[in-house]
Amino acid sequence: MENLVLKDVESYIDGFARFERSVAGNGWSWLSPLRKEAISKFKELGFPTTRHEEWKFTNVAPITKTSFRLTERATALPAGEELEKFTIPELDVFKLVFIDGHFTPELSSIKELPEGVKIKSLRDALSQERELLEPHLSRYVDLSDDAFSSLNTAFMQDGVFVYVPENTVLPEPVHVLYVSTGTTSPTITHPRNLIVAGKSSEATVIEDYVSLGEGVNFSNVVTELVAGENSHINHYKIERENRKAFNVSTLRIEQLRNSSVSTHAVLIGGALVRNNIHPVLDGEGGSCLINGLFMATGSQHMDNHMLVEHVSPHCDSRQFYYGILDGRSKGIFSGRIVVHKDAQKTDAKQTNRNLLLSEEASIDTKPQLEIHADDVKCTHGATIGQMDESALFYMRSRAIPLDKAKAILLLAFAGESLKRIDLEPLRVYLEGVVAEWFSSEHLNLG
Amino acid sequence: MSNTDVRVEELAEQEYKYGFVTDIESETLPPGLNEDVIRQISAKKNEPEFMLKWRLKAYRHWLTLKEPEWGNIRYPRIDYQGISYFSAPKKTGLESLDEVDPELLETYEKLGIPLEEQKMLAGVAVDAVFDSVSVVTTFKETLAEVGVIFCPFSEAVQKYPELIKKYMFSVVPYTDNYFAALNSAVFTDRSFCLVPKGVRCPMELSTYFRINEKNTGQFERTLIIAEEGAYVSYLEGCTAPMRDENQLHAAVVELVALDDATIKYSTIQNWYPGDKNGKGGIYNFVTKRGKCAGRNSHISWTQVETGSAITWKYPGCILLGDGSVGEFYSVALTNNWQQADTGTKMIHIGKNTRSNIVSKGISAGHGQNTYRGMVKILKGAQGARNYTQCDSMLIGEDCSAHTFPYIEVKNSSAQMEHEASTSKIGEDQIFYCKQRGISAEDAVSLIVNGFCKEVLSELPMEFAIEAQKLLSISLEGSVG
Repeated sequence: MENLVLKDVESYIDGFARFERSVAGNGWSWLSPLRKEAISKFKELGFPTTRHEEWKFTNVAPITKTSFRLTERATALPAGEELEKFTIPELDVFKLVFIDGHFTPELSSIKELPEGVKIKSLRDALSQERELLEPHLSRYVDLSDDAFSSLNTAFMQDGVFVYVPENTVLPEPVHVLYVSTGTTSPTITHPRNLIVAGKSSEATVIEDYVSLGEGVNFSNVVTELVAGENSHINHYKIERENRKAFNVSTLRIEQLRNSSVSTHAVLIGGALVRNNIHPVLDGEGGSCLINGLFMATGSQHMDNHMLVEHVSPHCDSRQFYYGILDGRSKGIFSGRIVVHKDAQKTDAKQTNRNLLLSEEASIDTKPQLEIHADDVKCTHGATIGQMDESALFYMRSRAIPLDKAKAILLLAFAGESLKRIDLEPLRVYLEGVVAEWFSSEHLNLG
Repeated sequence: MSNTDVRVEELAEQEYKYGFVTDIESETLPPGLNEDVIRQISAKKNEPEFMLKWRLKAYRHWLTLKEPEWGNIRYPRIDYQGISYFSAPKKTGLESLDEVDPELLETYEKLGIPLEEQKMLAGVAVDAVFDSVSVVTTFKETLAEVGVIFCPFSEAVQKYPELIKKYMFSVVPYTDNYFAALNSAVFTDRSFCLVPKGVRCPMELSTYFRINEKNTGQFERTLIIAEEGAYVSYLEGCTAPMRDENQLHAAVVELVALDDATIKYSTIQNWYPGDKNGKGGIYNFVTKRGKCAGRNSHISWTQVETGSAITWKYPGCILLGDGSVGEFYSVALTNNWQQADTGTKMIHIGKNTRSNIVSKGISAGHGQNTYRGMVKILKGAQGARNYTQCDSMLIGEDCSAHTFPYIEVKNSSAQMEHEASTSKIGEDQIFYCKQRGISAEDAVSLIVNGFCKEVLSELPMEFAIEAQKLLSISLEGSVG
């Protein structure tokens, strides 16, 4: 399978045939029909263009014009110390480290698990846990109009699999660290995550994307999260890869009766980031919180795409997305709430607030409501503005230098989003990461 | 309660109030569309050469276009060859009212606009369009005194070709969209208005027009120009006779406001919406756009859309001049099987431009209501400001409401806010009213009128009253 180079649609399809052969014999043959269906879907769809309504503001040409090499299991592992800086202090976690998309047990630590709980790489799960995977894997993500998720499904080979059985609480969060080691030629990975939480269970999963080098990596991620009846799930996504990385991710959440899911995203890195979040509230009394903070500078491009579907009555959903854009960066927020016909008593709210810090930065926001039931409460709000001049003046009149005053204001703005993170050590850590972003060379606050 | 039910039933079956067909001789082209038809229209209207050239150019462009499908609306394919593109009452160019076909006058009286009385009515000049050709224009002298030109579009083409050449297509080019291209090829008539520098138009200008001839699509063209410092307020209101075939209505309205000028354009749209099973009704596919070309110019759109089987329109403003202001106030009501996909487009180009959008959508029955809007703030639009509010109200279980705003900001000094909400009509409010002896029907009408007040208050007085009545009539039968 060496030198599998992927670029245009044809090369992906050719590459797929070779990929299939190479993974044959891993005990994954049951996946084959799924993969074949996905690749034929991809063949039919091709890469989206800006003429596609859902991709109107994001041109994926940088991705389609790059030749990517499908990564193999690294031979030389980075030293543990190199990954030290990505550790969240004062937080005990089940740690899974993926180097260039491949699970690396040497760098991971999965301590003793409560009975019935499974936390392992998808690679292992595919061959060992077929009966747990089969009812869920790729049953939720909608490939009908999604070329990237189709590609992921066709090429999936590793990722994280978390299974929490009924009435079980995961004692510590799962920290999944995706590391790209940054080689000379651009690489592509297809991380595939599946989180299945049983009835009345609780779990926290942190997806963390980082780079070690300055090489180009394209992470094409799909995460499926199934929240069983009465379960409480917290999900975090941290995107802090280098400024050349591409990251297209789809988080599909399936929520059953009375389940409660919160998903938080902090996006700082990447050249082109597309963040799809698609919860479906398919059981009465479910509630969903979608919280996000995206900060871009230079020529970064961050596209956030929410689709919240209310299928059942009496569900609540809340979306809060905050954007800070500097340099020549471009931010996009597209939030759509669909209330299906029977989803009476839905309560859905959406807020998108954006700060533009420079002349060249731009933001496109597209909040949408699509309501087919009548007894609902739905609101959305979007604002775009700048830092409050009078607040800056107030601080400067009290001898706070301009750059510091600006950083304080930005931190307050970002804090609105970060304060919704319940996991205290993670919140403190992320506040630090964000503060560093404000004070570092990222921003020209002078 | 049973009492109310009976009444509601009666009301639901009430026929469209303004449905009748006037039987007058008219000159109609056979259905179909080709270059010859366009030549004939142009010849019948005695147009100068350049206009025919423009029409043909637009037609050839139209042939290359595909009917747009992105709208959140559903309707059977329109057979463009099955439409007659010209229909005119025979005797035209009359000097006094005595010469007007008495039957026509009667029609106007049924509509509540007796021309004889119009002159006495305070400050309203009416340019009544009957099907496609303007029959009579009143108050011309009063307007001429201050130098305002207000005449049918076709007359302007003959009399002021220079103005037409300068301004027509300057806001909505014939290449703009499918229906604008079609309109540019086959447009018949409507109003032309020019308010010269420094003049405040002494009266509200208005046209009432209706589709009359069977199977005649209406392709009106309106052009309003306000020169430096001028002010004009233009009203349009319309009703159409009841019939079964769907009728196409694809008008184009262009507004141009120069330095410090203000144009206020108000619409009450009450075309036949189809019967309670969704049969028949008008397709209203309209392109309306204003250009704030000068500094501190101001264009304001107000619309009350209660009629039509399908409403598809986005009155917009191009805010080109520094400090110019665009406004959009809209009430869109859909009942029975009506569909509306409407909103606005505000394009901020000049510095310190401001726009304000207030949209109220009401869906009842199987009605489907979509707000689709775009606010675009371009790089040079320093200090641009936008405020958008769109609220939807749902009455009944089978209706739906959608909101699709697009916001694109390319300037960091811009400020914009967008708020939207969708909710059911307040049960406790209805309860409160009923408790005080107000019927459910009246309560709904009361609540809806309150919901829309912000928009209705933007309308000129007499229109505001008519709009309130319209809302009540259109909602009849929606509760029970």
